[in-house]
Amino acid sequence: MSVLDRPRVEEPVPEVGAPPRLKRGWAVGATIFVWLGGWALLRGTATLELGGAELTGFHQWLNGVRDDFDAARDTSFFFQYVIGGISTAIDTVVTFFQELLSQPAFPRPVPEIGWLGVVALLTWLAYALAAWRSALLVFVSLLLFGSLGYWTDSIDLLIVTAVAVAICVVIGLPTGIWMARSKRATAALTPVLDLMQTMPAFAYLAPLALFFGIGPASAVVTTLIYALPPLVRITAHGIRTVAPTTLEASRSLGTTDVQALRKVQLPMAKRTIIVGVNQCMMAALSMATIAALINGPGLGQPVAQALQSLDIGSAFVSGIAIVIMAIMLDRTTTAASQRAEKEARAGRAGGRRRWVVLGAGGAVALVLVYVSRTYLWAAEFPERPDLGTPLSDGVTQLTDWLVTTLENVTNSLKDLVTYALINPLESLLADTPWWLMGLVILAFAYLLGGWRPTAISAVCLLVILGTGLWNETMKTLTTTLVATLIVILSALVVGVWMGRNHRADTAIRPLLDALQTIPPFVYLVPALALFSTSRFTAIVAAVAYGVPIATKLIADGIRGVSPTSVEAARAAGTTAWQMISKVQLPMARAAVVLASNQGLLYVLSMVVIGGLVGGGGLGYLVVAGFSQAQLFGKGLAAGIAITALGIMLDRIAQYAAARYGRA
Amino acid sequence: MTATTISPVKTTESALSVRHLWKIFGTKADKIIGSPDADLSRQELQAKTGCVMAVKDVSFDVAPGEVFVVMGLSGSGKSTLVRLLTRLIEPTAGQVIMGGSEITAASESELRELRRHHVAMVFQHFGLLPHRKVIDNIAYGLEVRGEGKTERRQRAQEMVDLVGLEGYEESYPDQLSGGMQQRVGLARALAVDPDVLMFDEPFSALDPLIRRDMQNEVIRLHEEVGKTMVFITHDLSEALKLGDRILIMRDGEIVQIGTPDEVVAVPADDYVRDFVSEVPRSHVLTLRWVVREPRPGEPVDGPVMQAGVIVKDAARAVLEAEQPVRVYDGDRFLGVVDDEDILRVVVAEEDEQPEPEPQP
Amino acid sequence: MGRHRSGPVRLAALAVLAGLALAGCGGGDIESAPTGGGGGEECGEFDIAINPWVGYEASAHVVGYVASSRLGCDVEYKNVKEEVAWQGMGNDEIDVVIENWGHDDLKKKYIEDQGIAQEAGSTGNVGIIGWYVPPWMAEEYPDITDWKNLNKYADMFQTSESGDKGQLLDGDPSFVTNDEALVKNLDLNYEVVYAGSEAALIQAFRQAEANKEPLIGYFYEPQWFMAEVPLVKVDLPPYKPGCDADPEKVACDYPEYDLDKIVATDFAKSGSPAYDLVKNFQWTNDDQNVVAKYIAADGMDPEEAAEKWVEANQDKVDAWLK
Repeated sequence: MSVLDRPRVEEPVPEVGAPPRLKRGWAVGATIFVWLGGWALLRGTATLELGGAELTGFHQWLNGVRDDFDAARDTSFFFQYVIGGISTAIDTVVTFFQELLSQPAFPRPVPEIGWLGVVALLTWLAYALAAWRSALLVFVSLLLFGSLGYWTDSIDLLIVTAVAVAICVVIGLPTGIWMARSKRATAALTPVLDLMQTMPAFAYLAPLALFFGIGPASAVVTTLIYALPPLVRITAHGIRTVAPTTLEASRSLGTTDVQALRKVQLPMAKRTIIVGVNQCMMAALSMATIAALINGPGLGQPVAQALQSLDIGSAFVSGIAIVIMAIMLDRTTTAASQRAEKEARAGRAGGRRRWVVLGAGGAVALVLVYVSRTYLWAAEFPERPDLGTPLSDGVTQLTDWLVTTLENVTNSLKDLVTYALINPLESLLADTPWWLMGLVILAFAYLLGGWRPTAISAVCLLVILGTGLWNETMKTLTTTLVATLIVILSALVVGVWMGRNHRADTAIRPLLDALQTIPPFVYLVPALALFSTSRFTAIVAAVAYGVPIATKLIADGIRGVSPTSVEAARAAGTTAWQMISKVQLPMARAAVVLASNQGLLYVLSMVVIGGLVGGGGLGYLVVAGFSQAQLFGKGLAAGIAITALGIMLDRIAQYAAARYGRA
Repeated sequence: MTATTISPVKTTESALSVRHLWKIFGTKADKIIGSPDADLSRQELQAKTGCVMAVKDVSFDVAPGEVFVVMGLSGSGKSTLVRLLTRLIEPTAGQVIMGGSEITAASESELRELRRHHVAMVFQHFGLLPHRKVIDNIAYGLEVRGEGKTERRQRAQEMVDLVGLEGYEESYPDQLSGGMQQRVGLARALAVDPDVLMFDEPFSALDPLIRRDMQNEVIRLHEEVGKTMVFITHDLSEALKLGDRILIMRDGEIVQIGTPDEVVAVPADDYVRDFVSEVPRSHVLTLRWVVREPRPGEPVDGPVMQAGVIVKDAARAVLEAEQPVRVYDGDRFLGVVDDEDILRVVVAEEDEQPEPEPQP
Repeated sequence: MGRHRSGPVRLAALAVLAGLALAGCGGGDIESAPTGGGGGEECGEFDIAINPWVGYEASAHVVGYVASSRLGCDVEYKNVKEEVAWQGMGNDEIDVVIENWGHDDLKKKYIEDQGIAQEAGSTGNVGIIGWYVPPWMAEEYPDITDWKNLNKYADMFQTSESGDKGQLLDGDPSFVTNDEALVKNLDLNYEVVYAGSEAALIQAFRQAEANKEPLIGYFYEPQWFMAEVPLVKVDLPPYKPGCDADPEKVACDYPEYDLDKIVATDFAKSGSPAYDLVKNFQWTNDDQNVVAKYIAADGMDPEEAAEKWVEANQDKVDAWLK
């Protein structure tokens, strides 16, 4: 959920003249000393705190801009015809498929094709595009959607995702190609893509609804904004990394640019591009819950609603449905691309038998479609077997039991972390005068990464100052840092364990995979139940989101340590602890640094979501800005501040990683 | 630069003519040429300007049908040089003339025409298209210049037969061994029927045995199709084996140009001498390099041999002859060679060469 | 181009899909007529915004259920927050906001300035917003219900979230609230902390009453939860018209809201029978609390809850349809 997935194009090189270690140690000490001293003396002054309802000129100006747009909505040619046209087109397509597959096609009380027909068709399609294994997966997944009680929402989500991904491909492929071929395009588009991925969707949700209306079009556009960048980046990366020898060989035979693109670059980058489409699809799914806030159709709706009513059972069940959908789409697209490759190789793969099965299957599917248009039982998904209700009830009971049993434990844990870590750190960051705090941040940026990240940080800090939300930003920085710290610590413990113990790895990895696929909204609900609303709850949610990736990276890093070194160390009589601390961790340093970096970014991307459960700071402002008209400008400004904070931390981490990550 | 070259080539009939070719990588590279900086060593230049001198003021001619080998260690600029010839890398300065047309002045479309019809290249890492079958890889050059499917299939099939890939037409490159892949690369280059073939270290990624096969294949093809070839290698024995003439490069500059026996017999400097020191001289040198004036009173009625005969091949005859052998270059009498002269070459080599030379 | 052979398979798949899509446009054998009957005019699509509190949901679904069962409307519920719902009236996305709490700023913008929305009368519900404490506290500390004494008890309300101040628990960020300004302008030693949703607020109050823990928070009526735990309202400085004009300077209690209905102008002009229904819709706080309780406490589906109430209150419903 952020800048993390993009292939790093330029490796920042450690700058010449980086301070030697000893000197740096002194400098860090001195910085902390000055900071603590300044905090002790000047605490609470010049903190740039802004009251809840207070607005700066900038916020009011943003409100004004929004109002101008709002007022121009009905008169401006651009809004009426261009934006209006786009939004009508998307709405029409989505509604068409909805009435075909999922929603009652008025005046019919049911869709044109009932569930039986949809299952038959999609299963057949999976067989046609991939293989029987995918067909089986699709078949089972679809039946699960229905018996979990979310047939309509699931198919809706499938439709919205499909439409969004289709548009992504239409826009993203040419853009990616263009970026691969033009340095100038890369330079111009990279910051735009960064912004699209780091700007929290909440911040532009309300204006989007203003332009594209409430419903499918806005949902698709929101999804598009977030899901497009990975596709563009991976496409450009794929084309750029086509073996230069092959390209040169082709040039030596006198190919034109277009020929090189069509005959060499695109075919050779095909596999990477498919990975891009796959990533785009996953990103699109992860936006489902956010789009639900402007009534985007799909599985996000029950999740968002469950959050509203603290219905942990429904949240879990609909979350499971999203996970199933993610697995289904992921595996099927992968299988389809593999089949295409295999078929290209072996000529007509499967031969006659496959055609017979396809034909017969198609005929059966058509019959079932007809049946599903005729009989009600085949049109409306049966209420039994109902897996959803018992599952939901079970989860609710389990959580209730957990909450009551653990109440004391969870409360004291929350209080401990809050009093021992969050509050002091927040005071240190937010109560220090802004100018001193800014200098401290710049000093750390310099000591960690050198001049370049310091310059970038200076710009970002100026932007944050300009948003008028310095104090809120420091509060957000506090929760981000605490969450990152917890992520790194837990990832180290679990990751080292997994890296050293194959059985632990096999047991834990699927759990981590699932955690990564579940939309973050879903674990807000149990987090809320366990810890009620607080900054700590937001931190727990962020940790749950950041731990899987960091743990996997560290586990892989430990596993990647050369077995020869481990063997040599063992031969020298090393204990297990010595092995970890003196051999495996130091040798896996690059992975640990990368894991911290990614953990930080994942945590940061949860700031807004955390705002929904008491995270405070910028996240809350973005949420409030989405909800209340007069706070719109402030919310958007908070979105900008989050982006600036994100870019600043990302760059510092990147440069620091380049400097310290080389083992 | 060496003065010992006996050039059999005149500029007017050259298949390829290169004049004062430069390539300097880096910004403002063109400013360096003609300035005192151009005389700095490569390291000094890089330290001072950040620019890298890849090819420095190189001139040479290649005769039609000649196999011209460019040899040097890695980093000597040889791979850059061959790419400058068809402007796969843009030269910083200088002229390249191929078949009478000046490549360095060609427009983008003229250049494309030239690449499509007149010159083709074989690459070290093959550069095959992994998503295409062997036959379609070979036909690729024909395809991009717009030939119809039947013609190009037919032509590609001929090339398949020529390089010995029968039965592999429908395979994909990654299903073939390295040697077979390079045969595909070779066939692809030959398919467009170019005037000049360029090889960029084509066999250095292959096993020694396969490398020898492929070298023989090139010799065979050269005899069959008689193309002009520019061959880049870092392997001296390959250069000596294939080359009609050899250009030795170091740090972007020409160290020596000459025929194989010239290079071995009169190395231009210590660098080349070091290079050729391990070459079995008797395998390379011809009688021309051991012939001497008859000593006073020496009999001059021994058997007659031509100057171009390689020492190794002449050894038995010379040693068996009663009289010193008379050496002629055509009709011209050059001098004589006796047992001792032959042994000097062979024995000098024995100091370094463990394998004993066959003794009579 | 060297296309591979999967082309035909894919084409066939697409062709079948397209064919089905076309076939789908023809009629079906499943009963096409809408359920129910009734209303003379064509109703068509009727879009009701759903704002995030249960009382609202109750009103919306009762109106929606009547519209679809009696008038044959194609009712769609759209889950959006207030601001977005008002916006949506401009482009036919939303027909009605069934329970509006004041929102003079939105009224000015969308009714007066843009004219895309208009008022459609009171729902009959009276809305009260204020600060509440659980009943056990009102008993134990009788004077806590006067705001002037709040600072005295601030320590008791301290949590890890509010630091050394007392915690004032607020709800969903979209709810109408002046609490941060109130705390500041009344010099109260409190910090506003957001629970995030109505459900979270209810949970917190329920727990506080059960465990006899101190809690003070934002709450409102009509509210079904009052029947379960009768929270006690704290008296803030009395409301005078205009005292809340500047959101940064508010230092008085919330007004008593006459909850009203807002409809899209286009919808009002459309002649849809649903518009008359909306206009006539009126019920009491108790009515709403009954339905809200069905939904929130009994876990009924909102549509079923609405049906249950409608079945039991035919006379009231008939009055809306006259």
